[in-house]
Amino acid sequence: MQDSREDDWQVYGTRLSSRLLVGTAQYPSPKILADAIRASEAEIVTVSLRRESGGSGAGTSFWQLIRELGVRVLPNTAGCHTVKEAVTTAEMAREVFDTPWVKLEVISDDDTLAPDVVGLVEAARILSRDGFQVFPYTTEDLGIAEKLVDAGCEILMPWGAPIGSGRGLNNPYGLRAMRAHFPDVPLVVDAGIGTPSHAAAAMELGYDAILLNTAIAKAGDPVVMARAFAQAVEAGRLARLADPMEPRDMASPSTPVIGRAFTAA
Amino acid sequence: MPLSPSIAERPSARVVGAGIAGLTAAYELARRGAAVELVERREAPGLGCSFYAGGMLAPWCEGESAEPLIGRLGQESLTYWTQIVPVARREGSLVVAPARDKPELARFARRTSAHEMIESDSIAVLEPDLAGRFDRALFFAQEAHLDPRFAVAELTRRLSAMANVTFSFGSEAGQDTEAEWTLDCRGLAARDALTDLRGVKGEMLVLETHEIALSRPVRLLHPRWPIYIVPRGQGRFMLGATMIESERAGHVTARSAMELLNAAYALHPAFAEAEIVEFGSDLRPAFPDNLPRIRKDGRTLYINGLFRHGFLLAPALARMAADIIFDDAHFPEVMDADQRQRQAV
Repeated sequence: MQDSREDDWQVYGTRLSSRLLVGTAQYPSPKILADAIRASEAEIVTVSLRRESGGSGAGTSFWQLIRELGVRVLPNTAGCHTVKEAVTTAEMAREVFDTPWVKLEVISDDDTLAPDVVGLVEAARILSRDGFQVFPYTTEDLGIAEKLVDAGCEILMPWGAPIGSGRGLNNPYGLRAMRAHFPDVPLVVDAGIGTPSHAAAAMELGYDAILLNTAIAKAGDPVVMARAFAQAVEAGRLARLADPMEPRDMASPSTPVIGRAFTAA
Repeated sequence: MPLSPSIAERPSARVVGAGIAGLTAAYELARRGAAVELVERREAPGLGCSFYAGGMLAPWCEGESAEPLIGRLGQESLTYWTQIVPVARREGSLVVAPARDKPELARFARRTSAHEMIESDSIAVLEPDLAGRFDRALFFAQEAHLDPRFAVAELTRRLSAMANVTFSFGSEAGQDTEAEWTLDCRGLAARDALTDLRGVKGEMLVLETHEIALSRPVRLLHPRWPIYIVPRGQGRFMLGATMIESERAGHVTARSAMELLNAAYALHPAFAEAEIVEFGSDLRPAFPDNLPRIRKDGRTLYINGLFRHGFLLAPALARMAADIIFDDAHFPEVMDADQRQRQAV
């Protein structure tokens, strides 16, 4: 494991060693949430001001519990449908959590929870200008991704599949193209991850990290599932670093067959 | 029940807080012969978060997200509310999922027990008004439901009729400062003593319509909250409840109201024409693991952390509290969990 411990990555100047970011919603209890976050070894947790606390929240016991975990908080704007809503929520979150980070979500409709990429770019521009460090939840569309980078985003977070669907990587081709197109921008697959194998697959594509919530929170045993994801993310990262073999159409024997001198065994 | 001790040996207890935890504890002690003074800072019993409870006695359904302890303690409530204080109706409960959330039903079935997967014809027999609306449902035949306000009134009536019980409303001080035991059942107000208690906002509403009738609670699977509709009779339906990590009780938000109403509408479009007769919201008292506690400090017992399971857990906790007072009993599952579990958070 030594290898990946030294394999840090950076976002907005912050060095991170864990490549798993987790959400804090829908856990059976704050106690299980805390245990799962510890098991995941995540250094960053996202919290939703809007969905989870109905907008208030400063000083409540729940936020206190999260702060006591000693992790970095990445507030998100989950549930925001308009640029204005997202900007207001981000400003509120900055006050509550005292961080310039914000995971920016602008949702186009409640049925698909797909990002409204037009609103997203506009909100990213406003927030970046206002000193925020924006983590945009987007699609794999490269044109939009360019605009987000232009708007000031130093990280991109494309979806794997719709939020909460657990379907994994719907468009591996698009995700691979995005990696190739932005070799130097940190990329995080955010949303749609259902099982550890999905997370490992995304890491093998060269993604820098994985962000997920439901797959751990709604598992029968969230703490064990958190450990499974930590291992899968690590495995996928190691595989990426180790330069995996290329698949081929025909069998390729791992031992030479010519002559078959020693087939008796 | 142990034999009544002689007058001189009878313990005396001051029960502070007349929500469901305090009322059941007071009644249990009084039934066993203790001299009880029930003290409540409000003007009447049951006006805290008990007032907004759903009244589902669903220990098996709750197993989907709650720890096994809730189910074990909760099963006791079924006997309590059907035999000792018989205010519950035992018609079972039904769990359905909208078409797009069907995978959730399989998951719910896997995580719970004592249910039966039924098809549309059986649904139509149980709930004729839901005929044709869902092709599958989970039926938990042993579960029950009650009207929390009626249950509070019935407990209050019984307590008022007992010679060894006195009431003191409108103040937390009480009259009997000589009581040997204090049972602190103040819910979230006990945070001054229980610093790890937190509030979890819950929102509910009551609808009235005569276009549809239900015989039992129906739970609609929802990605975030278990939304349920509990029939209260006379065309009234309680619709609840959100769970939000907020400690400002405030009012029901528009978003929550929309989500709750949307669930009712998904269950049956007739709910769109129902009248909204009540909106309610309050804070449930919960510990970090969302499990209940009886904490003993000398001759004070704190009964708290019932979270979303007030009517489900109160009978078992009341029985335990009485056993502690009368028999010096010890219940590790609710008394010893503190240190181990709290320090972890």
